[in-house]
Amino acid sequence: MADAEEPEKKRRRIEDLTEKMAVDGGHKDGGCDWDGRWNHVRKFLERPGPFTHPDFEPSTESLQFLLETCKILVIGAGGLGCELLKNLALFGFRLIHVVDMDIIDLSNLNRQFLFRPKDVGRAKADVAADFINRRIPGCKVVPHFKKIQDFDESFYRQFHIIVCGLDSIIARRWMNGMLISLLSYEDGVLDPSSIIPLIDGGTEGFKGNARVILPGMTACIDCTLELYPPQINFPMCTIASMPRLPEHCIEYVRILQWPKEKPFGDTSLDGDSPEHIQWVFERAQERAAEFNITGVTYRLTQGEPVNKETIPAVASTNAVIAAACATEVFKIATSAYIPLNNYLVFNDVDGLYTYTFEAERKENCSACSQVPQDLQFPPSAKLQEVLEYLTENASLQMKSPAITTTLEGKNKTLYLQSVKSIEERTRPNLCKTLKELGLSDGQELAVADVTTPQTVLFKLNFTA
Amino acid sequence: MAATKTSKEQKYDRQLRLWGDHGQETLENAHVCLINAIATGTEILKNLVLPGIGAFTIVDGNTVSGEDVGNNFFLSSDSIGKNRAQAATELLQELNSDVSGNFVEESPDKLLDDNPEFFHRFTIVIGVQLPESTCLRLGSVLWHASVPFLVCKTYGFIGYMRLVVQEHTVIESHPDNALEDLRLDQPFAEFKSHIQSYDLDSMDKKDHSHTPWIIIVAKYLEKWLSEHNCQPPKNYKEKEAFRQFIREGILKNENGIPEDEENFEEAIKNVNTALNPTKIPSAVEDLFNNEQCNNITSQTPSFWVMLRAVKEFVHNEGNGSLPLRGTIPDMIADSQKFINLQNVYRKKAIQDVAGVSKHVESLLQSVGKPPESISENDIKLFCKNASFLRVVRCRSLAEEYSVDSVNKDEITSCMDSPDSEMVFYLMLRAVDRFYQRHSRYPGVYQVEEDISRLKLCVNSLLQEYSLNVNIKDDYIHEFCRYGAAEPHTVAAFLGGSAAQEAVKLISHQFVPFNNTFIYNAMSQTSATLHL
Repeated sequence: MADAEEPEKKRRRIEDLTEKMAVDGGHKDGGCDWDGRWNHVRKFLERPGPFTHPDFEPSTESLQFLLETCKILVIGAGGLGCELLKNLALFGFRLIHVVDMDIIDLSNLNRQFLFRPKDVGRAKADVAADFINRRIPGCKVVPHFKKIQDFDESFYRQFHIIVCGLDSIIARRWMNGMLISLLSYEDGVLDPSSIIPLIDGGTEGFKGNARVILPGMTACIDCTLELYPPQINFPMCTIASMPRLPEHCIEYVRILQWPKEKPFGDTSLDGDSPEHIQWVFERAQERAAEFNITGVTYRLTQGEPVNKETIPAVASTNAVIAAACATEVFKIATSAYIPLNNYLVFNDVDGLYTYTFEAERKENCSACSQVPQDLQFPPSAKLQEVLEYLTENASLQMKSPAITTTLEGKNKTLYLQSVKSIEERTRPNLCKTLKELGLSDGQELAVADVTTPQTVLFKLNFTA
Repeated sequence: MAATKTSKEQKYDRQLRLWGDHGQETLENAHVCLINAIATGTEILKNLVLPGIGAFTIVDGNTVSGEDVGNNFFLSSDSIGKNRAQAATELLQELNSDVSGNFVEESPDKLLDDNPEFFHRFTIVIGVQLPESTCLRLGSVLWHASVPFLVCKTYGFIGYMRLVVQEHTVIESHPDNALEDLRLDQPFAEFKSHIQSYDLDSMDKKDHSHTPWIIIVAKYLEKWLSEHNCQPPKNYKEKEAFRQFIREGILKNENGIPEDEENFEEAIKNVNTALNPTKIPSAVEDLFNNEQCNNITSQTPSFWVMLRAVKEFVHNEGNGSLPLRGTIPDMIADSQKFINLQNVYRKKAIQDVAGVSKHVESLLQSVGKPPESISENDIKLFCKNASFLRVVRCRSLAEEYSVDSVNKDEITSCMDSPDSEMVFYLMLRAVDRFYQRHSRYPGVYQVEEDISRLKLCVNSLLQEYSLNVNIKDDYIHEFCRYGAAEPHTVAAFLGGSAAQEAVKLISHQFVPFNNTFIYNAMSQTSATLHL
């Protein structure tokens, strides 16, 4: 950073600033502040330093920016979300929106500290916003008891920075895709004002990570998808006829016995229902006894399959990761320091370990590279194989892709799973070959999926 | 088995999956002391109250200032002017009704003057932003009372933690990538006779494809040994040949094409780790050589009595090996074959535990203690974790600060790397020195004038300890710039880190750091230093 001021001028300027700070503890806003309230923050906004971002200019206006202008979106009001809201509010961020589609459960209370036993059943976003607004005078958190997919680009465009405390890779990818869709290019050059930084945090037990994503510029979620290995499922033959572990017995009941016996009518298994879990537990014990397997417990039953509802979680890891994320929000909003570039990994099983590295962009990333994805198949391949590739490939990991294309000038749906009538109508296409379906070499396929708000373009390359 | 879980079990479910009911019990019996209810302290305590420690006591003689409320979630503006310990206790207490919160409106220095034994009652003491003299005094009291002491500090964008504990034993360290204990290189008698019951050549296809890979490797290893002068495959070439040997055992159909036998593929994949020689980890061997292990008295903690018993077992019935862990990983197999194999390992493990128990009994007898002093369950847990036992010993603060025993090597070698976090440790020491001289921290009011004063402190520090290192002026400027500010997110990061270390110390599960942790929020990096 250039500091060409003469030493005497600089000294006097610094003196002025610090004098002002010592005397003027408050500022001009609505009167909810008190003397010294922002002392801890102001030292980083009003004093020059040797390690600040090159763009940093000491000023009293930065604090005003945080208090009156900077708009932050927090996604998730759970383990990370509660911590993020606290951290941002205490740094002076006041215009905060929070989105969460969940309601409060008793098992949340060991770490989601904005909730109390009396709040069980209420919307997380509402209770969290309420608590913060009452505890931190002046803070105006706006809650949204909604899914992120309920909003479109006009909603997301209003924020300066978005920070995620999600528990689902699908949701992360969707958010990632949404911000990429907001990017605008002029003559192939990215317009920096269309970039909304995305700070993403994740935790599991004693492990966590925090990353800074500048969509269109740095590695996005999909660029590093291989870092999230697909979940391991037990093979069906093991579950159906050759169980060895208590988990196999539980899965048998959950996947095969429940749909057959329908113990509570036509309802699907509800992981939050003690009656449902108890039924599964008892049947699993019976099956285990048949095969001389020990170890079926209520806790294990509740935890199968390992999903977001039962991933081990503690307050401390969430505190660490949310703190790192909020520090990055502050740095980006104020240029106080150079932001993390771009990925932090944390693990405190044995001592405390952090590792910081720069995740690289993927040249042909299906989300951010703007390059049509390559699909290589022989014309004799069945559509089913393409579908399997889209779901099983480690870099794509789609959940239920809908494939459409243009044939003879008309839009044609080749296969779509999420609407029953269309699924039935297009299912026969899965057994047809690409040639039979009328597809040609170089054909463009548009694929929609829950992992992205925009369709992904694929180019079909016929192999021998 | 109760259908309805208590609401406490439900509330703590996600953390019980990490440290179990027995771990939770240690938390609920713990009484944590926090000194100074500033943001770093209340954040640490929040992360201990939420998981349900039994009780906490905040010691703080200060009154709440406007500045305090600004960065602290557990102080509100209407508590300005009130005692800080009391104000924070109220808002922390309401996080969890299972926890009992207390406060003492007193400075730690006064308590050390009048009643240092006050601190003996705590399971752990966490001191935040303590001046050097208070820290050293308290450190000495707690060291001699064997109470773990965690020193924490948030200073600008730097976080600091120092663990002070004489000896901390860990049975359940929960290592991330533990090797299996299969004993394929030295099969025990029951395992050998179990393998005898298999004849791979005469099995039908279904049985052949569902034989556990452990059996397959064991069988093929037997053949290999007989053909290679009892020498197991050692180098890459031999292991490749061994893998090929197994691959040839895959059944072929009538056209000579190999069938799809996943269990054989598993065997081939696992050859490398399966052939690892069974060895006592060096960390455990070191423990065997410890004074406490070899000199059992009636005062010896049960960890060392059990360790000695395991050592005796190793040198007698164990034939040089630790008690068998008794677990095997899941693998392709039919239920019966798998369960039978699993039971062979389980039974042998139970036998080994019984052997260790006898040694425990005779050791306890030899020092006049009843055999019930150490329970069966404790011995069982100890044996299961025998390969993963850890003992952490930290140097005292007196040792760290004394000119005679300062760890010069660690400091100078770290300072050789330009990016080392060690420079922040030295700056924190210099800042403490500044406080001692000027009764305030640098840069709280003015930056520029304090820079030269801080530089004098840096130089006197380096001189006193004869540290031939260079600290760039930029760091001195930055530490003046901080003005002892405590930005909330850095306090929160430390809050999570310190709380988890406290949980480790209370539960004796997972391994604590040793002994200094520095977090740099500017670069989002950290380091553990041994000072």
